[in-house]
Amino acid sequence: MADHLLEVRNLSVEFHTAVGVVKAVRDMSYHLDRGETLAILGESGSGKSVSSSAIMNLIDMPPGRISSGQILLDGVDLLTMPLSQRREINGRKIAMIFQDPLSHLNPVYTVGWQIREALTTHGTDSAKAQAEALRLLGRVGIPDPGHALDKYPHEFSGGQRQRVAMSRAIIRHPKAFLFDETLSNLDARLREQMRAEIKKLHADLKATSIYVTHDQVEAMTMADKIVVLNAGNIEQVGSPMELYNRPRNLFVAGFIGSPRMNLIEGVEARKRDVATIGIRPEHMAVSVTDGLWKGTVGVAEHLGSDTFCHVHTETAGTLTIRTAGDTMLKHGDTIYLTPDERRMHRFNTEGLAV
Amino acid sequence: MSIEATAVIDEPPFFKRMFRMLLADKFALCAAIFLLIVLLMAIIGPSWLGDLATKQNLRGRNAAPFDFEKAWVWWMGADALGRPLLARIIVATQNTIMVAAGAVLISAVTGTVLGLIAGFSSPRVSQIIMRLADVIMSFPSLLIAVIVLYILGSSILNLMMVLAITRIPVYLRTTRAEVLEIRERMFVQAARVMGASSKRIVFRHILPVVLPTLTTLATLDFAYVMLAESALSFLGIGIQPPEITWGLMISQGRQYLTNAWWLSFWPGLAIILTTMSLNLLSNWLRIALDPVQRWRLEMKGAKNG
Repeated sequence: MADHLLEVRNLSVEFHTAVGVVKAVRDMSYHLDRGETLAILGESGSGKSVSSSAIMNLIDMPPGRISSGQILLDGVDLLTMPLSQRREINGRKIAMIFQDPLSHLNPVYTVGWQIREALTTHGTDSAKAQAEALRLLGRVGIPDPGHALDKYPHEFSGGQRQRVAMSRAIIRHPKAFLFDETLSNLDARLREQMRAEIKKLHADLKATSIYVTHDQVEAMTMADKIVVLNAGNIEQVGSPMELYNRPRNLFVAGFIGSPRMNLIEGVEARKRDVATIGIRPEHMAVSVTDGLWKGTVGVAEHLGSDTFCHVHTETAGTLTIRTAGDTMLKHGDTIYLTPDERRMHRFNTEGLAV
Repeated sequence: MSIEATAVIDEPPFFKRMFRMLLADKFALCAAIFLLIVLLMAIIGPSWLGDLATKQNLRGRNAAPFDFEKAWVWWMGADALGRPLLARIIVATQNTIMVAAGAVLISAVTGTVLGLIAGFSSPRVSQIIMRLADVIMSFPSLLIAVIVLYILGSSILNLMMVLAITRIPVYLRTTRAEVLEIRERMFVQAARVMGASSKRIVFRHILPVVLPTLTTLATLDFAYVMLAESALSFLGIGIQPPEITWGLMISQGRQYLTNAWWLSFWPGLAIILTTMSLNLLSNWLRIALDPVQRWRLEMKGAKNG
């Protein structure tokens, strides 16, 4: 137990709203070991940001309230800690990097001032902070860091701002990083690039990170372990491949994987004595001559590397399948699908995997 | 990659940069020069023209302006007791600026600090401060002034305090409203995450963002305070003759408005020009101090010279 860097135990957070008390996070527990990257994955409103805000003491109380639970950092509970100590934790042990870097940088100060502030707030002298800021700006890949220090946030591009935000986080040598939807605001190409850079930085710093995101690709690529959230509850915790191969319930099954898993109810499920069966688009064999399920091709989406087809079958409903990029399938074709029974997921009436 | 493109030019030091930006805005430049003159007058006026401004000359009562054969102090005419108006305006500058600047400064600082506290602290503290502001606002300001000045006697300091107190709610409410908005902004959260103390967040992160609004407000208030002071002087509880202020001069000239307009006109003009200059300068300052807007002035400056 003692080896967990960060451990969230039975955390519940609720908010008082006009329509009554809303439980944003319910009895949540997870832990993070040193050097590990944990992703907290969930859709909007699943409580993922609330749980990270609780760690950073960002929840406004009231209207928010942490009704129960502990957040242990190195075995010390953050929630019962006096505010001044908590500030030190925020400053030195955990660094948070936000979604929109422009709004997270104060528009009236230079970037250099703001990076330095991360150190000067906690008593480092200004000259030392300046040298450190200069070194880090270069490290995160800002061209000409010497001059960049005297620029204002609005003079940078989106990606550069995010790099600035990152150097501001790194400068304190925190024990853990908390990324809150950090890449969501960047365009696709930049996101990929930054993803790779963050991973590299991770390896260099041997960092421990929590990665809050709604993007499963991000979670799958960055994390050693993923916590899947839904409506304030943890649905499953596991490694990316575990979640992909052995989803514990219907929600995770439908959430992880793109395109999403085909969930089939009705006669095909009853044949196998379960309430629902799930088969991933990539786990079905396609044939034009014979197979288990007969169907006609509806829409074919060509992505280049793959083609996703929506197939209307007689007994299994509409299924999505993944075929080769150069497939000849087109609208109206009759095809036969054979699911790989070994890779089929079975769920009972409560939606749990069996 | 604008970073690389502009990196070649070294940034000049702060004051040089500000001066260049001032040159770029001609209106602001005029305003700054005018205000400099006013300031100079305020400092040297009373010792320079003090005697001349208070010496009565009943033969020259309400002498008309633009009589350029007389000495220059008479060019704006004379008041009801035959005292040269131009000299009086110059001498009055000191009191006027002292009362107005003092009142604006006191009310702005107090109001801002209270507003910051009200905006950032617990709802309870905020409530107390806001109700206090409501009390001040619901009381007719002139009534407070009359009572206080009656009790304490009228002096420049008391006048300053009274005017300041009545204007505090303006700054308080503005600041609080801005703080409530800005504290929800993400950079404040980022500062919290960084472990900054509340004091630091309020003074280093929120205040600089509110400040431009407050400067504009303060310059507008400058005119208001000058006129309020004249109203009090008119009631006889403000500055007492033989001390003079522009406001007092206006009210003294009021009974002669129909036959000697210049009695009130010149001090009125002085008030208008001063506030207008302040306004122009604050407008310039707002842009010059805003890193996002600054290029407007710098670009203009580059084009001009």
